[in-house]
Amino acid sequence: MSSPILSLRGINKSFGPVNVLKGVDFDTYAGKVTALVGDNGAGKSTLIKCIAGIYTPESGDFLFDGKKVEIHGPRDATELGIEIVYQDLALCDNLDIVHNMFLGREQKKGPVLNETSMEALARKTLDGLSVRTVKSIRQTVASLSGGQRQTVAIARAVLWNSKVVILDEPTAALGVAQTEQVLNLVRRLADNGLAVVLISHNLNDVFEVADNIAALYLGQMAAQVEKKDVKPQQVIELITTGKSAGVSGVNA
Amino acid sequence: MSTEIIHESPTLKGAAADYWSRVKAGDIGALPAILGLIALCGIFGAMSNVFLTPGNFANLLTQAAAVIVIAMGLVFVLLLGEIDLSAGYAAGVSGAVLVILITNHQVAWYIAFPISIAVGALLGFILGSLVARIGIPSFVVTLAAFLAFQGLLLLLAGEGGTIRIEDKTILAVENSNLSPLLSWVFFAVVSVVYVATGLNRLNTRRRAGLKTELVKLWVIKTASLLIITGGAVFALNVERSNNPQLVSLKGIPYVVPLILFLLAVGTFVLGRTAFGRHIYAVGGNAEAARRAGINVKRVRISAFVICSALAAIAGMIFASRQNSISPTTGGSSTLLYAVGAAVIGGTSLFGGKGKMRDAILGGLVVAVIDNGMGLLGYAAGIKFIVTGLVLLVSAGVDAVSRRGSSVG
Repeated sequence: MSSPILSLRGINKSFGPVNVLKGVDFDTYAGKVTALVGDNGAGKSTLIKCIAGIYTPESGDFLFDGKKVEIHGPRDATELGIEIVYQDLALCDNLDIVHNMFLGREQKKGPVLNETSMEALARKTLDGLSVRTVKSIRQTVASLSGGQRQTVAIARAVLWNSKVVILDEPTAALGVAQTEQVLNLVRRLADNGLAVVLISHNLNDVFEVADNIAALYLGQMAAQVEKKDVKPQQVIELITTGKSAGVSGVNA
Repeated sequence: MSTEIIHESPTLKGAAADYWSRVKAGDIGALPAILGLIALCGIFGAMSNVFLTPGNFANLLTQAAAVIVIAMGLVFVLLLGEIDLSAGYAAGVSGAVLVILITNHQVAWYIAFPISIAVGALLGFILGSLVARIGIPSFVVTLAAFLAFQGLLLLLAGEGGTIRIEDKTILAVENSNLSPLLSWVFFAVVSVVYVATGLNRLNTRRRAGLKTELVKLWVIKTASLLIITGGAVFALNVERSNNPQLVSLKGIPYVVPLILFLLAVGTFVLGRTAFGRHIYAVGGNAEAARRAGINVKRVRISAFVICSALAAIAGMIFASRQNSISPTTGGSSTLLYAVGAAVIGGTSLFGGKGKMRDAILGGLVVAVIDNGMGLLGYAAGIKFIVTGLVLLVSAGVDAVSRRGSSVG
């Protein structure tokens, strides 16, 4: 496999006496979808919050493009080109799609918002992702379906020349058809050269789009393997017991 | 690539369908307030032969002015999903500062007026800081301030209770008019600016290849607005004095350009600047705004500062209308009328939805009820009940449309 764009090495994070992450290694690759799986409480959310700069780990290194970097806040992560799409999406229902995509990073002409350039760029981004389900990008987000909202949240994340996009359970609340749409979109992000991290409980989704799979078990990285090397049953074993016959775990 | 984005609603029917889908999404817009205003004017016009006279029309505008300006400020706070119950007495206190500076200390109006606005802004800063930094609910903070400002006003007004103002400029705001010629010039300038802004927006969007508003619809909207306002200017230019030889009364009251100026500035800030966008964002989803890197606390405090500063301008209008400031200035039903005005105009009590023009439309509805029922000889009690019911209906429409918009 090519060299990773973002690598985590030996990440430790504890809350009081609880060691949530114990020496976790994790790699993401440009053009690849990396699935991050694990049972509830395995440390998935803590791990991505460390990447996002919301938590600062006690020890461990971040390597970005092979160079060691420091992430001390959300701003550092954003500057590196790391974008996170949270499960609750963080969209403003009362604003339209363009407003939401540029929220907090509006383009301006003097003191005035440059609506035309923002709208054109938003449209270009959605076109680039082959999003065909949105009727008008000037409709409010309140009028969108769950899948469309997810699409807007993802499009917002890729608007900023981002290099790594982390999606937290993007299909958790969606129906079958909408799940398919979002998974297609996830695949296209990777095909466009982004490193995509997909957090999911749904192994069907994982096996449909992921290129490699990282399984967390009780705060340790049980294994990070290529999808072609494992079967779903083995991944379930990794998630539930931390080891599986025939899989050489990273820390196992 | 082939996206199915519709570039233009091709017909008026399409535009109507678009409007209906916006209604279903919870955005009713200004239509109910406009229809209500027309209906009320029709009813009162039919029942009273004074209501539709130019004299009463001018009277109505000056009556509504202070409430409209307070409501404009409240729109900023309501957009955040907050409330400011103290805006009425903030107007009273700032107005008292203005009158005391001018009458007791002989300060020129152009110095005293900015000082009174600064006092209003300071009051708003204190309120906003308590809400945003300490986290006390705005309802409680401004309820406490409602009492405290009332007390402050009593102390400022002092023993006599009423302080007169004789400054000609301040008095002119509510009591004098532009000359008929100047009124038409003012109308012409505003119309040209309004049409040019609209055309410019259409052109910019078309050049960028974006979806534009249906031109036919824009022409209809703009033309009807110009016809109505032109008619209003014509009516205001009719002699309204009973005794024109003694004193002539005609032209647009000075307070009207003042309100239109505030409307233009407020609409620009809310609609065209990043700050305005952030106000809507915080009102829509404060957590999303925070994650998008918006300084939510600063936005909250700013909204309260703007609200109280506009209340200070309303305080000047009160002083001008009453020729004085008294301990009840800005009290009694003022604040409730102002909140009612904003909500009747279409601003949501739940935050995230509202425009500056709502304050004017709703303020006119409230003033028309007050004025019309007064002319018909109804007691104050009936007026309050009817205004209360109208407010209740508007808030009900707001709540129902909000329920319709929430995604299941």
